[in-house]
Amino acid sequence: MSNQPLPAVPYLKIPENGDPYLEAYKCGSCGATFLGERQNCSKCGSRDQMTTVKLPETGKLYSYSIVHRSFPGIEVPYVSAIVDLDDGTAIKGNLINIDPDPEKIEFDMPVEVVFDDALGRKDSDGNSYLSYFFQPKS
Amino acid sequence: MSDAYIVGVDMIKFGRFPEKTVPQIGAEAALLALDDCGLTIQDMQALYCGNLGQASGMVGQRLLQEIGQTGIPVVNVSNACATGATAFREAWTSIKAGLYDVVLAVGVEQMGKGLLGGAGGGTGIPKEGLLGSGTMPAVFAEAGMEHTRQYGTTFEQFAKVSVKNHHHSTLNPKAMYQIETPLEEVMNAEMISYPNTKLMCSVNVDGSAAAVLCSESKAKELGLMDRAVKVKASVMASDPWQERDLVMPDVNSCTRRAAKEAYEMAGVGPEDIDLIELHDCFATAEILHYENLGICKDGEAGKLIDDGDVALGGKIPVNVSGGLLSKGHPLGATGIANIYEVSTHLRGEAGSRQVEGARLGLTHVIGLGSACGIHILEKA
Repeated sequence: MSNQPLPAVPYLKIPENGDPYLEAYKCGSCGATFLGERQNCSKCGSRDQMTTVKLPETGKLYSYSIVHRSFPGIEVPYVSAIVDLDDGTAIKGNLINIDPDPEKIEFDMPVEVVFDDALGRKDSDGNSYLSYFFQPKS
Repeated sequence: MSDAYIVGVDMIKFGRFPEKTVPQIGAEAALLALDDCGLTIQDMQALYCGNLGQASGMVGQRLLQEIGQTGIPVVNVSNACATGATAFREAWTSIKAGLYDVVLAVGVEQMGKGLLGGAGGGTGIPKEGLLGSGTMPAVFAEAGMEHTRQYGTTFEQFAKVSVKNHHHSTLNPKAMYQIETPLEEVMNAEMISYPNTKLMCSVNVDGSAAAVLCSESKAKELGLMDRAVKVKASVMASDPWQERDLVMPDVNSCTRRAAKEAYEMAGVGPEDIDLIELHDCFATAEILHYENLGICKDGEAGKLIDDGDVALGGKIPVNVSGGLLSKGHPLGATGIANIYEVSTHLRGEAGSRQVEGARLGLTHVIGLGSACGIHILEKA
């Protein structure tokens, strides 16, 4: 078991000394960005042009749903959100610190990425995980 | 190349049949389709069988073990919610290629109850409810909310889709449900993923549908042209790259690409189509597809449902079968069941839900991943 939390997804990076961040693979040919490691670009088909970039931590809410029914053991309601980060990369996650009410949620509202414990979820070895969330940016 | 014709087509009444096997359920529709044209399994030169839940289970061969092991080639097909349409298209392709004269396509599914989808998998911890939701109601809610974002489409407009399709299903004895659901009932039903309430989610059911396809010369030789339905276009598309692909499955560009090609292949436009069976897996999805299939301009889908144009008796009736929302959505069967529905109208045999004077119809399915299948059918 690790003493440090593990990343909930491979594109969340936890440096030994420094703050966690989200990482994308960016095509050197067409500029498309992707979450998760990849070799080739599915937008333009270029091979071996990928480099890693640190993703911005601010963006805007593109679309969402308020989830009232999920699988057993998953706490509801929560806001499932699609966010366009400032560099154009689209990313999905929970929008927190907001009422789960369509009257309170506005398209294009500014949001920021925050890193926190993965809702207390642990793997079968007892490891803790760090995840990312979105919250309204004041 | 020969034109391909549907000469026999049918479906079982959708329901829940836990006591039966998948091949048994599929065999029922196969026999119904054969009876519909008076042919036998011995007349079939190949079988294309669509099923998702037992994709590695040789369902087509086991189906023949139920109705006749004639030794013909069997191709088992799995392509998410486009599975049935894909099996049908493989059958169509074989006729177009001149490989066979008469073949059978079957779609079958046995479903559990409950939510489909779910984010995550992989290693570590469950991602559902941590990184948003991968459940289907939420994914299609997010797709619908994109339309709300662009055009102001309302919860009420999405809900009206469900009212319409449930109403249609009261006229379809083969639908899972035949129950009216007034607007207040739809909107006040249990919220699953806003804006999709429980009554705005398709019904998980068991079901099967099948079609016998013939070349033109064979259909004439067999004297089956009277009730034959011509396949004017058969098109599939996968999802072209879109900027939000990785986080938001895109049902729009995939459908638009397939629709454009299908209209070109058939030599017709959306204005020529008399009825449509489209993939209303969720009420939000149906709204998107009015525009994707070109039956209204972008941004006018909400008005289309408000004006009743897509209801039976309207300008372009959509999902008069009751749709996936009320007829039910046995994943692998859906793509052939909607071909059965349109064919039945083109034959003038749809009884109280008949779209009067129907001459041209379109079927559409989309499986996330993505696979879109569109067929344009014409009374021969």
